[in-house]
Amino acid sequence: MERDDLIQDNLYSLSANHDEEHGKAIRKKIWQVTAILTAITVVEVCTGAFIKQYYEGIANEYWWIVKWSFIVLTVVKAAYIVLVFMHLGDERKNFKWVILGPYILFILYLIFICLTEASYWNEVFNGPGSITP
Amino acid sequence: MAQHADNISKEELWGGNGSPFRISYGKQWMWMFLVSDALTFGSLLTAYGFARHQADAWPIGEETFNAMPFLGDGFPLLYVALMTFILIVSSVTMVLAVEAGHRLDKKGVIKWLLLTVVGGFFFVGSQAWEWYHFIHGTHYGSVLTAEGWAVVDYINEGKDLILKFGRGVIVDGAAAQSLFDGATATMQGANLIENEYAPEVPQYANFFFFITGFHGFHVFSGVVINLIILINVARGVYDKRGHFEMVEKVGLYWHFVDLVWVFVFTFFYLV
Repeated sequence: MERDDLIQDNLYSLSANHDEEHGKAIRKKIWQVTAILTAITVVEVCTGAFIKQYYEGIANEYWWIVKWSFIVLTVVKAAYIVLVFMHLGDERKNFKWVILGPYILFILYLIFICLTEASYWNEVFNGPGSITP
Repeated sequence: MAQHADNISKEELWGGNGSPFRISYGKQWMWMFLVSDALTFGSLLTAYGFARHQADAWPIGEETFNAMPFLGDGFPLLYVALMTFILIVSSVTMVLAVEAGHRLDKKGVIKWLLLTVVGGFFFVGSQAWEWYHFIHGTHYGSVLTAEGWAVVDYINEGKDLILKFGRGVIVDGAAAQSLFDGATATMQGANLIENEYAPEVPQYANFFFFITGFHGFHVFSGVVINLIILINVARGVYDKRGHFEMVEKVGLYWHFVDLVWVFVFTFFYLV
């Protein structure tokens, strides 16, 4: 007996094929995204190398801006990789949410709970009136 | 890809007789695997964030990672930026291989996949050097002075002693010499018990080894998988099928490795 699920699977895989004209447009997009990713990395490295967290032992009071821009740029890079390079942007909407929804929900919760707890520990061990001798 | 954009009614989409996502079984479960792997890496990086938020002092990336092969110190983040660039480029060659596969251009697939494998080997090699340097330590190691731990260095062609206390604090001249003479302990390099980059937080090296090691293991296995698929492409296995979806599936894994590195790069080296 022929397995109809395999026939269906093959149909989906075959439907991803495209012609030369389509390929040209896709390649153009790939090179654009490459330029964006490279530019972001260059900006990040220059910022990291030239703006210091501490100047001769004194904390840079604007460091939080740098830190948050690193995080935002990283998320932008990740979005380009996932949506364009991994073609998640071209999949159906329901599949996008099946992949991204649970992950985002769980990871945001994990980050929130761990960093809140760690900050509290820091206060207990290193803050004013700390318990360490 | 044209089919994905089609408007299909809800009843037809979810009514059985095909995937509700209109993608093949293999691709869907590669994505599911990647989600679970992303949770592993997410947890590792969050654990790193936990240790870091809890600690009082933490080494600064650009002070720890400032060496280049053959050139010595004084190049903050440059080497790791190079590694990042290599991995991004190999991700690009991979996506070009997938695109060539969609046009059934076997020669194109072989060319781009081969370049991806080469890029992967370059990255693994770079990481080997990075580990070697991290384990070996700075040229003169660190000393425990009355003011705390400091990295020893000599400037002006090795004549003048300076002590680097981290956070941009550098002591030179007679003050450095007297602190150096009164040193009570020395340390060089890094292992799982102690490290000279952050003597107060030995976990720092553990996180470095575990997270970059786990990622490096992924890169290595990715290179091996890419190589296997490359051989299959060259042998004409996918010509018979009429599509190169296997290239797309291993491509997903390869991009994921790049994706993880983007985060490791930010949280281990930049922030």
